[in-house]
Amino acid sequence: MTKVTLKLSGLEPLIVTEESNFINVGERTNVTGSRAFLRMIKEGDFEAALSVARDQVEGGAQIIDVNMDEGMIDGKEAMVKFLNLIASEPDIARVPVMIDSSKWEIIEAGLKCVQGKGVVNSISLKEGEANFISQASKIKRYGAAVIVMAFDENGQADSFERRIEICKRSYDILVEQVGFPKEDIIFDPNIFPVATGMEEHNNNAVDFFKATRWIRENLPGAHVSGGVSNVSFSFRGNDKVREAMHSAFLFHAIREGMDMGIVNPTMLEVYSDIDPALLEYVEDVLLNRRSDATERLLEFAETVKGDGKKKEVDLSWRETTVEKRLEYALVKGITDFIDTDVEECRKQFERPIQVIEGPLMAGMNVVGDLFGSGKMFLPQVVKSARVMKKAVAYLLPYIEQEKDGKRSAAGKVLMATVKGDVHDIGKNIVGVVLGCNNYEVIDMGVMVPFEKIIQTAIHEEVDVIGLSGLITPSLDEMVTVAKEMERAGLQIPLLIGGATTSKVHTAVKIEEHYSKGQTVHVLDASRAVTVVESLLGPKKEDFVKELRLEYGRVREHHQRHRAAKQLSSLQEARENRLVLDFDDTTISKPEKMGITVIDDFDLNELVPYIDWTPFFQTWELYGKYPAILTDEVVGKEATQLFTDAQKMLDVMIRERWTKARAVAGLFPANAVGDDIEIYDPEHPERVVVVQRTLRQQTKKVAGQPNLALADFISPKENGKQDYIGGFVVTTGIGLDEHVARFEADHDDYNAIMIKALADRLAEAFAEKMHQIVRNDLWGYDQQESLTNEELIAESYRGIRPAPGYPACPDHTEKITLFKLLNAEKNTGVALTESLAMTPVSSVSGWYFAHPDTRYFGLGKITEEQVKDLADRKGVPKLEMERWLSSVMN
Amino acid sequence: MSIIHDLIKKRILILDGAMGTMIQRHKLEEEDFRKGWFEGHSKPLKGNNDLLSLTRPDIIQDIHRQYYEAGADIAETNTFSGTWIAQADYDLEKAVYDINYHSARIAREVADEFTAKEPAKPRFVAGSIGPTNRTASISPDVNDPGYRAISFDQLVDAYKEQVGALMDGGVDMLLVETIFDTLNAKAALFAIDEVFLERQKELPIMVSGTITDQSGRTLTGQTTEAFLISVSHMPLLSIGLNCALGASMMRPYLQVLNERSPFAVSAHPNAGLPNEFGKYDETPEMMADQIEDFLKEHLINIIGGCCGTTPDHIRAIAQLATKYTPRTLETVQQIDNND
Repeated sequence: MTKVTLKLSGLEPLIVTEESNFINVGERTNVTGSRAFLRMIKEGDFEAALSVARDQVEGGAQIIDVNMDEGMIDGKEAMVKFLNLIASEPDIARVPVMIDSSKWEIIEAGLKCVQGKGVVNSISLKEGEANFISQASKIKRYGAAVIVMAFDENGQADSFERRIEICKRSYDILVEQVGFPKEDIIFDPNIFPVATGMEEHNNNAVDFFKATRWIRENLPGAHVSGGVSNVSFSFRGNDKVREAMHSAFLFHAIREGMDMGIVNPTMLEVYSDIDPALLEYVEDVLLNRRSDATERLLEFAETVKGDGKKKEVDLSWRETTVEKRLEYALVKGITDFIDTDVEECRKQFERPIQVIEGPLMAGMNVVGDLFGSGKMFLPQVVKSARVMKKAVAYLLPYIEQEKDGKRSAAGKVLMATVKGDVHDIGKNIVGVVLGCNNYEVIDMGVMVPFEKIIQTAIHEEVDVIGLSGLITPSLDEMVTVAKEMERAGLQIPLLIGGATTSKVHTAVKIEEHYSKGQTVHVLDASRAVTVVESLLGPKKEDFVKELRLEYGRVREHHQRHRAAKQLSSLQEARENRLVLDFDDTTISKPEKMGITVIDDFDLNELVPYIDWTPFFQTWELYGKYPAILTDEVVGKEATQLFTDAQKMLDVMIRERWTKARAVAGLFPANAVGDDIEIYDPEHPERVVVVQRTLRQQTKKVAGQPNLALADFISPKENGKQDYIGGFVVTTGIGLDEHVARFEADHDDYNAIMIKALADRLAEAFAEKMHQIVRNDLWGYDQQESLTNEELIAESYRGIRPAPGYPACPDHTEKITLFKLLNAEKNTGVALTESLAMTPVSSVSGWYFAHPDTRYFGLGKITEEQVKDLADRKGVPKLEMERWLSSVMN
Repeated sequence: MSIIHDLIKKRILILDGAMGTMIQRHKLEEEDFRKGWFEGHSKPLKGNNDLLSLTRPDIIQDIHRQYYEAGADIAETNTFSGTWIAQADYDLEKAVYDINYHSARIAREVADEFTAKEPAKPRFVAGSIGPTNRTASISPDVNDPGYRAISFDQLVDAYKEQVGALMDGGVDMLLVETIFDTLNAKAALFAIDEVFLERQKELPIMVSGTITDQSGRTLTGQTTEAFLISVSHMPLLSIGLNCALGASMMRPYLQVLNERSPFAVSAHPNAGLPNEFGKYDETPEMMADQIEDFLKEHLINIIGGCCGTTPDHIRAIAQLATKYTPRTLETVQQIDNND
């Protein structure tokens, strides 16, 4: 008799029997857990990423967990690419893969890449039974095992009772309704931190142990897994205690039946080697054996760390030489003593410029090295720059007193946000980082026309030109700048950066237009210095040669890829449109029709609506909030940044540095083909504006429609009146003067900080406004009660797509929207010639309320549709092509 | 439980032999591949054997008849390349339904004719599903290992079309064979499962992989057991090995399947390895001799032949098989709630 057990496979089998030891899942190929791995994926360094996987397998991982859930990368694409690459590496592919994502589409894409039997991590009842059943059925059909989180419609299980209730319910559904093999079910009953100081957390480990035992005894065949390092979060920074906690936790969990888990082997002490005193304290906590267990362990932990004294402001660094003090101030970002120290130093040198060239640059080199090797993070570097700038400002009057007091910079870099665009956070950060590395930065600001860029570049004899932009029309403007630089006969290297730019766009659209100089795409600020160094250094020739080869390959690959991409004709796409039901259950008449203006919304009310994760991304710290605050690598910096942000936010609100203004409008509407006619609420027969929407043309599998936003509105021929809404919100009014004030004070850190915060407030305002619309103005969802996480996850009815973004990439529809809402007058937000909104901290969009609406990406469209749209809008086709070039096939 | 599930416990079932080898005997010309169907087609079609089910059904019918006469219980349809992916090389994506439907009909008619004559030995038709000529797990471009010439979704699409047409033509079971890339096979199983769900009708599924050489692995690097695990999510009738190797070289891997498989085990080896002219030399006697080793050890439930085998080979094997009992189908202890 063979007994059924969990069997997995890569190129080789992995069989989990009663007798097998604990199955160790490798955790390092996970962008949410490993900053190094994230950086590799972001930079496209898949070679390095593969070696991480290889090291893990060689180090004994029996399964490798792959996770690409990160806002700044295309998770699906990264998952597919990485799994495809693994498939070509037999020494990695021999073990099974755990496809780890919170997004189903990434999981499904991953399942389509593995020939072996892997594990999905994870699914749960979070979004209801129907979703759970459909996902589990698909996983079964793809032939994989599954991790089920103890999570249901009411949230994550945090007690023994909730854990077993959810696991039991999940198990019964899987076994009885889906026919999922029992042995292929793995539960993750949530490992939560203990010793947090909060009483309700004291039983976290015990509940996990009990739930594990219960599952193994009551849910035949099922396995138990979990992420172990969570348990010791409170002891971050004290590895000795953490290692002991992990071992003791595993010791007990395995005894209770946990047979698989994500464990970092380097963070594990041998159970029997744990100091008996420490073990007792640790087990007191894990097993919740005494009410003062946490206090006792905390106290003991201090002695283990050998750092028992209270923290006071430590000024011992003041006791060394002035050079060392300057270095310390630069690395730590302390401005308190900078004037005194610089003055002391100035007296020691013959000329003031020598202070910069000597000790200050030496200090900045240390900063540069630490940043380059990943030991310092962007917010710290920006603070270092603030110290440097203050020091230089102090010395400047002395330098100017001398005749040839020219500072010898490593090179001169011109930076500009291109014409039509107002986004500059990224550009400013790059400027700061270059400044830190002794480059002279000429920052031309935003909305800079090419004539001025070229003129200044020639006049100032700059060594490098850097262009930045965020909205898609800026991509075209960059092409124009490159062409004009060519015409002007320049040979100066050209750097391209900004969120919508990419290596592919640079290679395909820009590089070839500028033949005399080299164009380089710069992924993020941390790359800027290396690129500029390479361009100005002795190895320039090799660097350029390599780049040209690489961009040539990118172009070739793009060409091939493009040739392979098949699009449907416009007619086919329209025939395959989404047909929704429009009736009284799906159409709701707005409670308050027409325009509503909010002139000065209380900023305090917006704070709880802030999605902090993108804030950290602005500072190149990657990870989800709030987990990022306790992240192993960036947690400390993230916490510091977050504290600074809270303080600044407080001041901004209290002193009313900025004002929140909004306009929202709700109108009768009907779809006519791919257009949406929007009517006057008073005279519903009168068309006010027509919104022109674009339709997806990518070939779809049977049953999948080619979407256009117009599909979400009842067609006119149905004779059913439908409704649409629009909004513009801003939190940027009045901010400029404060930014200018910080910049004048050489304080880039706070200048960038308030801009980043204003951006977050604008997004939060858009979220709040949407809620007001759902609950009151439109009023179709008056019962709604959602947490901020649920809001961020958009788990409500209706969408608010923004012109210029994936569902409607046509920026010119902003003109329609602004006209409809009289937005410039009502909010003070204006549109630039490239249709960027100014002030920059503004958000606009449409409201759709049909229960079946969803966000989608338009993807590529054909010239035919662009022509059709130009005809509908009554503008020349050439003009439309210019606006839509980024989505044209 | 179908008749086949019943029979497979009682005796060793015989699968037919090579189709290609038999077709080669006819010395066919380009016009044979066009007759009545593709007269004006722009591309040369000679060698696209699946088309013969349409243009020369007489030949295909005759081959099935010869194999059933030699003692085969199961004949495979002439549809090894019956997907739009494989037919794309000939610009004949549109012919896929006809190829599969008519191939299935031809085999069905011959099988019914034999069953009517000899009701004690019912004859079956297995719809042959080949691997296509693309791999979902390997890049054809050595400089770009992340690239794929075919996607899982495309394979599912192609296989669904083939499976639907085979079922319309009346096959008794489906045989996913010559699997060199398990991901292709998983796409085929995915497609089959979807078609079954759509039609609310299921047929027995046979799966047969190809171990390419003495390393004991598939072309994409899986060991026999890993391959077994990777396709075990479907309730298969049988799992086995075919092609690439002769019978004796196949034995160690059949041993693995014998030990580990919860399903019946099948084998249809080549008539040895090809000689320098690409011909297979093993005579029916030589092949039967090696196969007798498997039979003695009760490794097998279904046996037949792949490249180079002929009705004479199948006759020799079928006679031998009557002397031995099949591999015992182990009852697997399911996990139940009293565990």
